[in-house]
Amino acid sequence: MNARRTTFHPKWHRERMPIFWWLRKWNYTKFITRELTSFAVGYAALFFLAQIACAARGEESWSRLQAWLRTPAVLAFHGIALLFLLIHSVTWLNLAPRALSMRLGGRRVPSGAVLAGHYAAWLLASAAVAWVLVGTGR
Amino acid sequence: MAETVTLEVQRYRPETEGEPTWERFEVPCQPEWMVLDVLNYVKDQVDGTLSYRWACRMGVCGSCGMTVNGEPALTCATYLRDLPRGPVRVAPLAHFPVIRDLVVDVTDFVDKLARVKPWIIRKEDKPLSEGEYLQTPDELERYKQLSMCINCALCYSACPIYPLEPEFVGPAAIALAQRYNLDNRDQGASEREEILSSQDGVWCCTFVGECSVVCPKHVDPAGAIQRHKVTSTIEWFKSALLPWRKR
Repeated sequence: MNARRTTFHPKWHRERMPIFWWLRKWNYTKFITRELTSFAVGYAALFFLAQIACAARGEESWSRLQAWLRTPAVLAFHGIALLFLLIHSVTWLNLAPRALSMRLGGRRVPSGAVLAGHYAAWLLASAAVAWVLVGTGR
Repeated sequence: MAETVTLEVQRYRPETEGEPTWERFEVPCQPEWMVLDVLNYVKDQVDGTLSYRWACRMGVCGSCGMTVNGEPALTCATYLRDLPRGPVRVAPLAHFPVIRDLVVDVTDFVDKLARVKPWIIRKEDKPLSEGEYLQTPDELERYKQLSMCINCALCYSACPIYPLEPEFVGPAAIALAQRYNLDNRDQGASEREEILSSQDGVWCCTFVGECSVVCPKHVDPAGAIQRHKVTSTIEWFKSALLPWRKR
């Protein structure tokens, strides 16, 4: 790529990427926030599996989990995790119209409709999970 | 001339300096001037050694891309009146090696552009006697936005992934590959697929989206890359489920 270095072709300057590059622009910071909050999504998925495992082990195991969940530290941690989960979900879903180019009847489906479809699917999935956890738990 | 503007330019004279420095100029200006007009004034009237690229002066050639007040921009399309009061800071496009002052080397971008074969590929050309390849307005609309790219490389300068992953094919090259993939006259999608679906292709992009924000022609390369991810995934599933199917 680089031409040979000669008297008339001295070294070129290359700027190094600073470690805190993501603080340079609000859009970069938003991107890093979206990426880092994905850990909350992973945690929520693992915790959901852990809940199922506890329920399968019997009533005693389930009661111990419930007691642990009511401790202040866990409540605070889960409050933060929920906030991160919402940030990640909303910022992720808001990008969907740019990633999906759907055509119906020869015309491109408007971004608003794609976005509305994604939020509707999210609500439906959340309602289904809530029904399984709350509805069947009674 | 009623007003003056303070111009701060990043200078790099490799024969005498190891690192870039900043130089300040007080330039008499007119309200309708662009940043490029200020640079041209300095070059013509103050310091003829100031080096930068420009050509068309009308946002078409894509030569005069620089970093203006920290943002990648075409200097011929950036009005002084649209900038906040205070010094105008002009630096070379970020993420490219600087040759001199505001001149960067874009060889890497040009090489990557050629690798995605941004031209119409036909497996078999129809005879001239059959006439031109016709397109409906709807077929044109599918790729028209992507065809507006002027290769100014502002998107590479805005992309934080490009300097972190130097092998990344990059926004403009992928957007232009998509431009031809979506053109119904083209039959070369499979030839571009190897590079687009590779680790250095669309999967390198983490959808920061800043490339689309700075694009002076509203090409939306970030959207084009994500859409190709969807296409690429569907194609992968098809080839996994139907291995006998011809692509």
